[in-house]
This record gives sequence, C-alpha cells and structure tokens, in this order.
Amino acid sequence: MAKNVLMDSETIDRTIVRITSEILEKNKGAKDLVIIGIRTRGVHVAERIANRINKLEKIEPPMGTLDITLYRDDLRRKTEWPKVEKTEIPFSVEDKEVILVDDVIYTGRTTRAALEEIMDFGRPSSIQLATIVDRGHRELPIQPDYVGIKVDTLSSEKIRVHLEETDGKDEVIVLQG
Amino acid sequence: MTFERKHILGLEELSAEEITLILDTAESMKEVSTRDVKKVPALRGVTVCNLFYEPSTRTRSSFEIAEKRLSADVLNFTLSHSSVSKGETLLDTARNLEAMGASVIVIRHPMSGSPWLLARELDSSIINAGDGSHEHPSQALLDLFTIREIKGKIKGLKVVIVGDILHSRVARSNIWGLSKLGAEVRVVGPPTLIPQYIESAKAKTFYNLEEAIEGADVIIMLRIQMERQESVYFPSLREYSRFYGLTREKLIGAHKDVTVMHPGPINRGIELSSDIADDASSVILDQVSNGIAVRMAMFYLVASAGRNQ
Amino acid sequence: MSILIKGGRIIDPSQGIDEKGNILIENGKIKSFPKTAKKFEKDSKVKVIDAKGKVVSPGLVDIHVHLREPGFEHKETISSGCKSAAAGGFTSIVCMPNTNPVNDNASVTEYILLKARTEGIVNVYPIGAITKGEMGETLAQIGEMYEAGCVGVSDDGMPVMDSKVMRHAMEYVQAFDIPVISHAEDKNLSGTGVMNEGEVSTQLGLVGIPCASEDVMVSRDIMVAELTGARLHICHVSTAGSVRLIKAAKKRGVKVTAEVTPHHFILTDEAVNEYDTNAKMNPPLRGKKDRKAVIEGLKDGTLDAIATDHAPHSEDEKKVEFDLAPFGIVGLETALPLSLKLVEDGVLTLSQMISKLTDSPSKILNLGKGTLEIGCAADVVIFDPEKEITIERNKFHSKSKNSPFHGWSLKGLVEHTIVDGKVVYSA
Repeated sequence: MAKNVLMDSETIDRTIVRITSEILEKNKGAKDLVIIGIRTRGVHVAERIANRINKLEKIEPPMGTLDITLYRDDLRRKTEWPKVEKTEIPFSVEDKEVILVDDVIYTGRTTRAALEEIMDFGRPSSIQLATIVDRGHRELPIQPDYVGIKVDTLSSEKIRVHLEETDGKDEVIVLQG
Repeated sequence: MTFERKHILGLEELSAEEITLILDTAESMKEVSTRDVKKVPALRGVTVCNLFYEPSTRTRSSFEIAEKRLSADVLNFTLSHSSVSKGETLLDTARNLEAMGASVIVIRHPMSGSPWLLARELDSSIINAGDGSHEHPSQALLDLFTIREIKGKIKGLKVVIVGDILHSRVARSNIWGLSKLGAEVRVVGPPTLIPQYIESAKAKTFYNLEEAIEGADVIIMLRIQMERQESVYFPSLREYSRFYGLTREKLIGAHKDVTVMHPGPINRGIELSSDIADDASSVILDQVSNGIAVRMAMFYLVASAGRNQ
Repeated sequence: MSILIKGGRIIDPSQGIDEKGNILIENGKIKSFPKTAKKFEKDSKVKVIDAKGKVVSPGLVDIHVHLREPGFEHKETISSGCKSAAAGGFTSIVCMPNTNPVNDNASVTEYILLKARTEGIVNVYPIGAITKGEMGETLAQIGEMYEAGCVGVSDDGMPVMDSKVMRHAMEYVQAFDIPVISHAEDKNLSGTGVMNEGEVSTQLGLVGIPCASEDVMVSRDIMVAELTGARLHICHVSTAGSVRLIKAAKKRGVKVTAEVTPHHFILTDEAVNEYDTNAKMNPPLRGKKDRKAVIEGLKDGTLDAIATDHAPHSEDEKKVEFDLAPFGIVGLETALPLSLKLVEDGVLTLSQMISKLTDSPSKILNLGKGTLEIGCAADVVIFDPEKEITIERNKFHSKSKNSPFHGWSLKGLVEHTIVDGKVVYSA
C-alpha cells in the first residue's frame, strides 16, 4: 500500500495553533467555551486545543469526551457492533459554545451522531466543529468551522491521522487503496 | 473481543471474557442514566418483549427502563403463574409475540430451562430474566458489577452466599459468575437447602454461618421465600433466623470492610438484623441503578450479535 | 405359502443354536431346518428369503410397551404400535394398562385383544392393572382379566404405595400363576422430581429424583415377595442399588426377575443437558455409576431382559417446559441397534443379547414365545448386525417421534420381521 505523508509533526503543531487562534477570535476569547472530543483521536486533538487555549487565555476550558457508538446510524446495518466506550461530559453544555473536535471529517455521519448526542446533554448556544483534515465526500449537509487541511481524496484512499498519544508519532498520511 | 451470542441465557455458559465485556459495556451505559435526556438511539426500531410468567415488578421495571433508554419499543406481557400449565403453550405465546414484531424476548418463568426452549424454537434473541431455580443472569451480573465497583476487583475475593441455595437462581448464577472471575465462593445454609452436588459448581459448602463468613469480603444474603418453606426444610422461621440470620455479632469474623448484599426485598429481622439491613439497603440502591446499566449492556451486546446470524 | 430362510446365521438361545443354516416355515409354523435349500428354490410355492450374512433369530419380545389405546390415540394406536414393533424386529409385545380407561377389567382387556387381532400385525399381550384405576387402593379384577388374556399385573407409572395393598396383590396373583410387575418408585421421595438427582439436576436447577426412591421400593417389593412367595418382576431397573438388591434377592431364592431399557444402559443424565425433553423419562436417566451397574447386571444375569418401555408422546406434548413435558420415549425402533452396542462393547455375546430380547422375557410372562423350536409359531426376525444406519425419527412407524437417539449412527438393520409365518415388515 503506497503511503503519502500529508502533514508532519511540525505542521500539525502549527495547525493546532492556528485553529485555536481562530476559535478564540471567533468566540471573542474563551469565556463560554467547552471542548468536546470525539473518541478516539478527536479527544487528543481536543486536549491539545484546550492546552493551547490555557496558554493563551489562562483559562482551563471544560473538557469532555464523546463516544458516539450508541448514536450511529449504521447500527442496524452493521454486522459487528463496536465496543461502547464511556461518554464523559462532566459539565453542563447549557448556553455554552461547544467546540466539537474530531481528527477527520469525511461523510459527516459521525458529526451528525455527535451533534445528536450533545443535544441530549442540554441546549448549547452553538456547536462549532474543528477537524485536522477535511477529506470531502460529504453525505450530509455538515461543514466544519475550523479545518487544518482540506484534501481531495478518492473514496478508495484512506486518511490516517496518527498522534503521539495513540500511535507514537504525529503525522497525517494518505494510504492508496 | 466481540460478543457473539444471540442469547443471554445464563452465566454457566459465558466465559470470563464475555462476562467482563458485559460489565465493561455496562460501565459505559451507566453514564447514560446520569444525563438530562436519559435515552440513546441505539435500539431504535427494535421491539423488545418482556414476557413475564411471574409477578416481579422490580426486575420487569428495570428491564423496561433499560429497553427504553436504548430507544427500543417495549411490549409487556405478564401472565399469571397459573396460565403456565393451562391454556396457550409457552411456545405459542412466544410465537405470537414474534409475529407482533418482537426480535428480543425477555423471559421470566417459574420453570427451569424455559428460556432454552424459546432459544431453540424461535428466531428472536432470548434474554433470561430468571428461570425456575436455575439462573438469573441479569441479577448476578449486576451483583458482579456492584462488587467490582465497591471492591475494585473480583479476583481473590471471598464471597459467601447465605440461605436457600437449593431453590435460588440468584445463587447459581452468582456461583458461576464469581468463580469464573476468580472469587472464592462459599455457600451456607441449613443442609436441607444446600444441594448435595453444589460443590461441582465450584462452591464450598458450610452449615455454620460464623465459620462460613470467616474472612469474608462480600456476603450475599438470599431472600427466604416464605411461601416455599412448608416446614419441610426447617422447623420454623424463628429457628432459621437464629442460625442463619445475619447479626452484628456474627459479622465479627468477616473482613472489616465486608459488604453485605441482598437482592431485596429484605425480610427484616429474619435474614438480616435491622441495623445490617440499613447498611445493605444503601448497597441495594446502587444495585438498582447498576441493574439498569447491566441490562442495557445485555441488550446492546445481544442485539449486535443477533444481527450476525 | 411357505417361506424358506436361506443361509443365515441362525441364533436361537432357547435351543442353544448358533449356526449357519436354513429354516423352512409352513402353515405359519417352524417346519424344519433343511440341510440344503436347493430343492425349495425351484418350488414356486416357496418364497425364498436370502439371509446370507444376516442373523436369523426368534422374533424379539418386548414385555414393556405403552400402546396408548384406548384413550390416547393421538400418541399411538394398537395398529401403529404394532407397526413400530415389527419395524424394530419385535413379533410379540406386552402392553401396559395405563390407558384411558385403565385396563383394570376384562372388557378393556378384551377390547385391546380384539383391536390387536383385527388391526395389529404382531402378537399383543395385555398387562392388567393391580388396582382399580391404578389408584393403589383396591384390587382390580385380576382373575377376570387373566381369563380374558392378561399375562401379568402392574400399576406401571403409578407405583402401589400402600404396602398392604401390594401384599394382597402378590398373594392374590398366585391363584393364576402370573407375576406382579412393579414400577418401583417411592412417590414421596420422588416428589416433584423430573430428572435424576445429581450434579446435572443441581446445575440445571431441576428437581431431582434420587436413586433411593427406586431402591426403597425395590427393597420393599422384594420383601413383600419374600413374605408372600409371589413372582415379582421389576420394571426398568435404573440404579446400582436396585441391581444390588435384586442380585442378593435372587441369591436367596426370591422369585424375582428384572428388566432394563436400552436408554438406561446407553445414556446418562448428561443427555438432559439443554433441557431436552426427549431425555425425560421415569425412571430418569441416571449417573455414570448406575449405568455401569445395570450393564454389569445384564452381564452377570441379574437383569434378565431388555425391554423398551416404549412410551410415545406427541411432538406438541414434548415441546414444552421441561417440568411440564410427560415422561417417556419411544423405543421399539431403536432397541435392537442400541442392544447391539452391548455386543460391540463386549458386554454380551450376540447370543446372550438375543436371549435378553427373546426367550428370557418370554419366560418371565410365560408367553411361550422367543423360540424357533419346530412346531412353534413362526415368529422370526432377520437382521444385519453390521449394517450402518442413522436413526431418523421422522421415518419411525410409531405415531410419535420422541426419541433422544435421533441422528445417531448405529449398527443393526432389521431386514424382515415374520409373525405366524407371514412377513409383516421388510426394510
């Protein structure tokens, strides 16, 4: 399988810095921000954004973790159901600006599930989506608010965001199918 | 690992890994009950039928809440005990429910093995909610979950089950579950209520309560079913309570952090002295909420595996 | 019409015969054992059956069968039961009285015999009840039933709990020289039990029937037989305790005989696993030690006969909760291949095994069957003991299909069954 590196560790760092600045700019600071990462890698990206916010604004935004398994729209079709991990949102999302973080946006279905799940926790004043990679091929009318890199891909290709926390090193790669 | 069973009939047939997967999944499920909107869409479009041949408001309600929290459509079918032996057969009734669209059937039945009959003859997933004197997997799983939550582990714990082992499905399921997860299980009660062959199920038999609870980490008290004790098994409740009722004095030999559990409802002053009953009651409340999470996990895993077949 | 059975291995334990030869049947009787078959082969009036490589033995005798008629014709009829018997190689069967009405008076006996004569294809011998309605209280009309054709008395399925009633029964039958046939079970000890009490019942949460509930009653019956001098026959022995008691009683000279079923020497209570109602019978399948003991009892002669306890029940009746399912399995069409396993396992010689299914049971009830003696009625079975078969319950001739042996691969195919010189079954 041919492998093509899209982003290296430095690029990823810079991207996080930029996305964080955009978030702060758009929301005029971090006062009402809460950060929610989608399992698994979205959680780590979310942590990095939160750290960056902390550095810039001296505020620790509340951090949550979302496991969207129970909200997937393909459960009825799938033959093997994924293991359910814990969703942890130990704060109220009521009237907050929720920054939803994932590593890649593709069909938009994961985001849809995440939106629905967050709504079950309360009524935020807004939900904004940040992702490292937007690889296109949307199947639902959903667009990210903050994007690291936008790439044209073939459906047969696979985009992998590797992070230090889960994979030992930071990089974004494309695998040809 | 993935769960590959279409049915959950009992703990005897589950492996330690499968039991652990159910408990782990239940931990994720427990969070759902803490939300504002206590509902996830996982089982949308799935019809679950609660087919109860014994009145058991607690167990049925717990299953029903679990089903609803997963967005399943729920059909309750409660039949009187007497309709078991007359009128429509169990299979005909269950086939009817299947025709109404049920794809998961939760069955509580006074006769051992009834869920196996349904599993053999129907297409639906079958969940055993208690069959005769045989198994009560959801109760044992929630006991395991609660013990793991309180003690942080199960392996190596000394667990004593006290009372009517002979007729108890809770005892059998717990013995299998606990021993599979590495606990040391002891059973104690009057010899008339301890089946001779229970040791083959990996439980050590005692007839003296103090001896049995020596060093115990957990004590599970079984409910004495008043209606069953037609004076054949022991002379009187008073005498039973004197020898097998748990009191503060008798607890002296147990581990200092011993947890006393009871599947409820407690017969105060018979199985437990009142002060211990108060302690046990707080655990009972944990067990109630854990019961919902465990049952949600059972549904999720069975629905997932059921699709494969 | 005459029949010549040619070149088979003739085994007739009643005469101590085990040799290759020919049998000539004429006018429904065993005519002779001709040295050569040649002269008959050209005779158009003689039907020749080639039995080369097959065993030719007296037709099998089953002294424990439930034909269900009258009263339970949806399970079995005398006609279907006889067909099932013929397909299993049986030419004489003895039917138990727990019909509806109970065979506790001569008119029921006569009805059964009339039906058997007109619709049955094998010999049928009824057993009368010991007590009226098998209620265990007052003696049934044993004398009149004997006159009508009953060959013994039994309250099979409903043991006579009152020892005094049993005593009087054992005294009374001696006027007619018939045995009392006992389903030995202490109903109080059995309680609501549905299977053997042991590890398996404990694990399955089913109420057990302890071995002691059989042993206690076998012991009582032997003692009452000793007291009265009656002939006692113990049905379907299932426990090591019973075997021990019967062995000791025989040694003391008590007139006691006993039978065992194929399922008790083949299966153990492990077969109940997963609540298979086709493994539910009374007495229940026991543990390994008991199975070993009944096999040993067959070997040392303590157990005289193999009987099937053929107990047909419809599919609907068995497809219910284990507690609700009736006791019993069909056995006529599986008995021979299952018994041949005893030969394969070296427990019995082929001749000994055949004896347990022919002359030995016949003697217990004085049927005068189970022999190929010249001049006797030509009841013969021809079977291939080596032929591999698969038990297929849907092919049973019995109305009922309740067998735990469905799908089993066994050896032993019944090729022809001949009753009174007529071929009533051919594979």
